[in-house]
Amino acid sequence: MSVGHVAARRKWVQSSIVERSWSRGKGLCLLTANHFEKKLYASLRFLPQMQFMLLFSRQGKLRLQKWYVPLSDKEKKKVTRELVQMVLARKPKMCSFLEWRDLKIIYKRYASLYFCCAIEDQDNELITLEIIHRYVELLDKYFGSVCELDIIFNFEKAYFILDEFLLGGEAQETSKKNVLKAIEQADLLQEVHP
Amino acid sequence: MPAVSKGDGMRGLAVFISDIRNCKSKEAEIKRINKELANIRSKFKGDKALDGYSKKKYVCKLLFIFLLGHDIDFGHMEAVNLLSSNKYTEKQIGYLFISVLVNSNSELIRLINNAIKNDLASRNPTFMCLALHCIANVGSREMAEAFAGEIPRILVAGDTMDSVKQSAALCLLRLYKTSPDLVLMGEWTSRVVHLLNDQHMGVVTAAISLITCLSQKNPDEFKTCVSLAVSRLSRIVSSASTDLQDYTYYFVPAPWLSCKLLRLLQCYPPPEDGAVKGRLVECLETILNKAQEPPKSKKVQHSNAKNAILFEAISLIIHYDSEPNLLVRACNQLGQFLQHRETNLRYLALESMCTLASSEFSHEAVKTHIETVINALKTERDVSVRQRAADLLYAMCDRSNAKQIVAEMLSYLETADYSIREEMVLKVAILAEKYAVDYSWYVDTILNLIRIAGDYVSEEVWYRVIQIVINRDDVQGYAAKTVFEALQAPACHENMVKVGGYILGEFGNLIAGDPRSSPLIQFNLLHSKFHLCSVPTRALLLSAYIKFINLFPETKPTIQEVLRSDSQIRNSDVELQQRAVEYLKLSSIASTDVLATVLEEMPPFPERESSILAKLKKKKGPGAVSVSELEDGKREGGELNGGGERITDASAIAASNASTPSPSADLLGLRSAAPVGSAAPSAGSLLVDVFSEAGPVAPSSGVTDDNFLSSTPSSSSLGSEDAAPPLPESDELLNKFVCKNNGVLFENQLLQIGIKSEYRQNLGRMYLFYGNKTSVQFVSFTTALNVQTKPVEPLVEGGAQVQQVINIECLSDFIEAPLLNIKFRYGGALQNITLKLPVTINKFFQPTEMSSQDFFQRWKQLSLPQQEAQKIFKANNAMDTELLGLGTALLENVDPNPENFVCAGVIQTKAQQVGCLLRLEPNAQAQMYRLTLRSSKDTVSKRLCELLAQQF
Repeated sequence: MSVGHVAARRKWVQSSIVERSWSRGKGLCLLTANHFEKKLYASLRFLPQMQFMLLFSRQGKLRLQKWYVPLSDKEKKKVTRELVQMVLARKPKMCSFLEWRDLKIIYKRYASLYFCCAIEDQDNELITLEIIHRYVELLDKYFGSVCELDIIFNFEKAYFILDEFLLGGEAQETSKKNVLKAIEQADLLQEVHP
Repeated sequence: MPAVSKGDGMRGLAVFISDIRNCKSKEAEIKRINKELANIRSKFKGDKALDGYSKKKYVCKLLFIFLLGHDIDFGHMEAVNLLSSNKYTEKQIGYLFISVLVNSNSELIRLINNAIKNDLASRNPTFMCLALHCIANVGSREMAEAFAGEIPRILVAGDTMDSVKQSAALCLLRLYKTSPDLVLMGEWTSRVVHLLNDQHMGVVTAAISLITCLSQKNPDEFKTCVSLAVSRLSRIVSSASTDLQDYTYYFVPAPWLSCKLLRLLQCYPPPEDGAVKGRLVECLETILNKAQEPPKSKKVQHSNAKNAILFEAISLIIHYDSEPNLLVRACNQLGQFLQHRETNLRYLALESMCTLASSEFSHEAVKTHIETVINALKTERDVSVRQRAADLLYAMCDRSNAKQIVAEMLSYLETADYSIREEMVLKVAILAEKYAVDYSWYVDTILNLIRIAGDYVSEEVWYRVIQIVINRDDVQGYAAKTVFEALQAPACHENMVKVGGYILGEFGNLIAGDPRSSPLIQFNLLHSKFHLCSVPTRALLLSAYIKFINLFPETKPTIQEVLRSDSQIRNSDVELQQRAVEYLKLSSIASTDVLATVLEEMPPFPERESSILAKLKKKKGPGAVSVSELEDGKREGGELNGGGERITDASAIAASNASTPSPSADLLGLRSAAPVGSAAPSAGSLLVDVFSEAGPVAPSSGVTDDNFLSSTPSSSSLGSEDAAPPLPESDELLNKFVCKNNGVLFENQLLQIGIKSEYRQNLGRMYLFYGNKTSVQFVSFTTALNVQTKPVEPLVEGGAQVQQVINIECLSDFIEAPLLNIKFRYGGALQNITLKLPVTINKFFQPTEMSSQDFFQRWKQLSLPQQEAQKIFKANNAMDTELLGLGTALLENVDPNPENFVCAGVIQTKAQQVGCLLRLEPNAQAQMYRLTLRSSKDTVSKRLCELLAQQF
């Protein structure tokens, strides 16, 4: 995102605050105005809801990576290294949310695999946690009690399932049935044209 | 090998992956990979054409190798070839490879776009979805250019399959984010908004993300989405958990969609339509009610989904900030979560409450949870939760609970995680300052802060305590006593020594009456720390010592002894050595009176934004919760240093504009507000009329008019002060400005003077900018015009610039320019510079257009010998000069000789208007000019002729 974008957006925020002095009573105080602007600004950020998703093992091996923001390969590797290290250092009862740079990291461990998503500061942490869970359910249903090996050997399938569920970092289809139906249809197509 | 292998497994791939997994070492793995790469390369380059399956298999292997973290530099072409395969599985692998590996500026993009175009046009929904996924994954500008027009059509077309619509919506969103200028909704807007009513929940889920993003950018065009979103939300919230079938997640109806709807509503103010608003409030109440119901499932997924909606609803309530009832209910709900056994919920409750604390409606409700929050700070095992608790304490702090909160934060600091200490220190310092009722508490708090976390106390914090102590008479004695006691600790932090040195140097006399803290004891205490300190602290201590000599003459011999010692006077550090030498000399030769004047108590600091606050802001960036709130608190009246004069907001802003940050070491953040000349624009008092009150008229210059401004350089007109005569080059400098209004008037190694000026009729305004080119401040900075001006600020910080504004009125015509005398001290040496202010008579020209006939008629009218002035001179510059900036109108086609220039203008003075005509005849061969001026006043003609002759 260019600097120009940010500047333009900020400008817009300011003007819209002037236009919409609705909820402020007579006692318009700086506090609420700032607070309001901040909220607005936060919701105005132009980045996707989810920035990336990483799956890695307890040994720190990356099993799947999906980036919803353009980053260089070098940057991706750096981010991955940093996060894997940070998440693996966490103890079991700790909370599933971490602040990291400007982002929030939402992670959850399933057996030997860690699922880890980066969202923006203002985004909904709990619903992201359930996005992870729904993805796990989808993998589980498709592979039939999924394990790490399934994802290693069928990584392309893991990507296809993810693309049906999330697109561009946003939930595309949250119904388990519908996602699996789409994947199964594709598998049928494969069998029809060997 | 996993049991499942749906579709057609690629055996070769599975074998390869097994091989890699069996590698015992990194080297073995690399060896295996290189072997495979060589194999694939040879296959791709081989003569035999590969079939689709092999191509797919090899591309997939390459992808696997890439995902292992190795670089891949071939295979792209083969992947692109797969895109045009008519076999779904080959196409799919091709697209996957492209999504992961092709960066947006690849040369292949044209080929890829072609394949995508074909798939989009295929009307095969699975192919279309693949193509859309690829666009959404790559999202490059080239793709936006190629498809931004097509995708909205697919999105709203009646015959598009639901799954394609979903992909199209999110694909469009991605393109809009990368290239908003290319995605034009226009005619589609209303049909896109109405996707919120779509029967298919999946379509709504996908479309709402797009609508939210578009609404943020074009709220007015999309505002119809509010009522649609409210009714959709209402239907979901009131539905039974089975109504939505597969969109119900662990007994929670459509949690993702609900969250997205609530998020969309946060782009807008509360609905104006009463019915819509009522319905929405009802929804929010239902969501709050459901939180109190017993859970329908023990699974964490159930409670997470339910609470995700609850937190999003609370965000909306906070965003509206207009429903006290809902705000308080939200606060109570979060209060319950504060003690929940789920760490995640405690974390989120603390975080959410932070924003609630800043609402006037819920601030009090938040405060009731103070004990729980303090407990969280003490007992939470996860540092990120503790951090949230600290943030919340900071946000809920006000005058009533400040002492308790500050005490808790201080005691937490002793064991706090290193990562958050600095921020904690700043917060404690700010709270202590903001809510200080008695200043001894404030001083105690800051000294405690230094004692507990000295390493994390930044300069701003200890600058600030000194600033405040200096501005508050009532706390100075207490501060001296406390800091004296604190310094007695065997090991104390260097920051404590700094504060101690400064405060005892200024106010040590206030406790000197007590024999336990007699002057000599104070000195010995400070000096016992001297050798352990860094150079800047030692320098500060040396200054404290010289202040001691002034305060307590009885310490003079001891201190002189110290200064005289080799370790001071021959110190290898130049700064220390210089201080020692100078202070020693000062103490031996200056009389007590002089010493007392030099070392007088520091004047109060001007009131300004706390430097600590600025620091916290910098740390947190503009989005920090706490900062805006703090500033506000300050405005409410938590003023601490009442000693300083209040500067109005406007002038404070002007001040910060006027000054540039100085790199020099400057105590107490003076750099943040160079006050010089800043009050001027707002107060207007500095705008003096230079010419209206001319100094005593000096008899000179052959000027006859009585009220004529006389600016002859005579000592009388510059007052009794010993202004230097004008610099020899001042005339030359003046000439540079005859035809221009802005520029650098003067520059030497120390000082730069810039000028900006504007003129209209007989009035003008001039801005003078005095820039300090050194890193040392100029003191006793004065400027004097031989007319009256208001003084500029006497201090110019190193690297800083001060501004002076002069309003000018031309009363009558004049010859000499006013003199500007500048004096200041730079490192002790007096600098004295006199310049001519570049105000010349031609600045008051009004151009006059006239025809050839008029011109010559007037020319003839002004034919008296004294009305004409003429000069013949050699060209100084190239002969293509234009008469720009002179102020007159250049008249075309007037003079019969096209080579000649003729101009006309009227000089505006208060007393009269003087019409002027000008004729310039160049002689290119001789490189000479003849300039003739005629005006109704002889002095004007003469002066103009002199001035202009220099310009060509």
